[in-house]
Amino acid sequence: MNAVTPVSVPTATTATVDVSGVGKVFEVAGGTRVDALVDVDLHIAKGEFVSLIGPSGCGKSTLLRLIADLIQPTTGEVLVNGKPAHQARLDQDYGMAFQQSGLFEWRSVERNIELPLELKGWDKAERRTRSAEMLELVKLTEFARHMPWQLSGGMQQRVAIARALAAHPDLLLMDEPFGALDEMTREHMQAELLRICADTGTTVVFVTHSIPEAVYLADRVVVMSPRPGRITAMIDVAFGRRRDELTREATEFFAKVTEVREALRGTHPSPDDAAADHRLARGIDDR
Amino acid sequence: MFPLAFALVAAVWEAYKWIGPVDGGSLLGVHVLPRSSDLAMPHVWEMISRLTEPEVRGNPDSVLVVVAAATWYSFRVALLAFAAGTAFGVGLAVVMARFRTIERALMPYLVVSQTVPIIVLGPLILSLLAYASRDLATEAWVAAVLLGVFLAFFPVALGTLRGLKAAHPASLELMDSYAAGWGTTLVKLRFPAAVPFIAPALRVAAASAVVGVVVSEISLGVKHGVGRKIFAYGQEASSDPAKLYTAVFGAAALGLVMSVLVAAIDRRMMRNRPQEIA
Repeated sequence: MNAVTPVSVPTATTATVDVSGVGKVFEVAGGTRVDALVDVDLHIAKGEFVSLIGPSGCGKSTLLRLIADLIQPTTGEVLVNGKPAHQARLDQDYGMAFQQSGLFEWRSVERNIELPLELKGWDKAERRTRSAEMLELVKLTEFARHMPWQLSGGMQQRVAIARALAAHPDLLLMDEPFGALDEMTREHMQAELLRICADTGTTVVFVTHSIPEAVYLADRVVVMSPRPGRITAMIDVAFGRRRDELTREATEFFAKVTEVREALRGTHPSPDDAAADHRLARGIDDR
Repeated sequence: MFPLAFALVAAVWEAYKWIGPVDGGSLLGVHVLPRSSDLAMPHVWEMISRLTEPEVRGNPDSVLVVVAAATWYSFRVALLAFAAGTAFGVGLAVVMARFRTIERALMPYLVVSQTVPIIVLGPLILSLLAYASRDLATEAWVAAVLLGVFLAFFPVALGTLRGLKAAHPASLELMDSYAAGWGTTLVKLRFPAAVPFIAPALRVAAASAVVGVVVSEISLGVKHGVGRKIFAYGQEASSDPAKLYTAVFGAAALGLVMSVLVAAIDRRMMRNRPQEIA
């Protein structure tokens, strides 16, 4: 098993996400208890881009949902912007994007982007200005009046990112947002996301199971392993924020990919665990 | 398209009159083929010309005027029943979607309620109305509305309930992430997501409202409606067979106008929704 790479804990004032001693137990049918997460500590600095990677059932989506306060930890605590995750959710301190774009098919592109602003009680003129700004950011200005189903999968995903960023949250939580896209679109979207984050200084927690994606995007790759779900390694990726297509072909890039792959190898599930893996995949972590 | 369909039906009618047995036909002792006599099946042109003649001897109003007035009356009653039934059905669905216990307690009764024949229910409602208020009971149309509501609310309640539960789990999670309450989620997500389920339910409800109103007009004897005209003209059918069909035209027109109206509502609700590629 890989040793946990020591990480300097940022001070409370600069940390956007503080996950301390968090565990999550799911009760599955028949009263069986599954340790989805055990003793997780993760501190994410402002502006940092963190990828969570690991095999199915390692709890990476669970960890993301804990940060989002969509589920509550069994033990430990989660702070976002220095306040409890629940308060952060009420204050809408974060934006979220999922594998499915999750756009509302009855709303035009711009009205989808305006949804979080509408819920915050912004007036119409303010909303329109901001959605126009966001559309420019994701380069979809001429599609403002289109309906989501008139766009390609990649464009829909860009709208979903624009929606997640519309209220200018400090924190962006993404759960395999490019998982359903083809390889070319996916690489294009990764570059777009990096550009947007560089422009806005947003902190990102990004769940993926693609090693190159995790390495290409992140300042830090958090490697997780299943049963019980836990963090087994943290690998810093010091390429700086300006990365381009050449980065993907650089020797350092391949070296990091290999490092992450080796860290993941230690987490590979044994055949005995296959049944439990299925149960987890169906019941809890099936997104 | 509609005139063509009408012409086709008229042609089939006349063709049967031409080739069909005048006294009907039996198969293995069972009477299966209708009589094609002028008394049983008047010519289409007789029905149409009957429309322009006076309703009863000495009355200046033609049948057309009388039937049109009766149809207009029934249309308003049916529209009221449709609107009230829709409102009731949607309201019920919201309550059931909100409280699972209420859904489980209520649903069997809703299903059973639809198996009660409205012919039986009509007089019951009328006597209940009389018990509640003597003034209401003299207005038999109120009972007709209630019966229309009784039939119309059911498809709307079922469709809406199904639709309210059809919101995508990821969308619900998204609303959760915005800290949106149940009411906000209902308005911004669940209702719009339910529209594709509500729209077809409204079509069924409109037809049910018409059936409920016309049938209760017959069984309760609501004076002004087209259902009453069918009943009254039916009693004259042995001497004036074409007259009965003028009232049937009125009822058909009622159903037609209602379905055109609901189709328009459907189109309006479903605009900007994903279109099937033709």
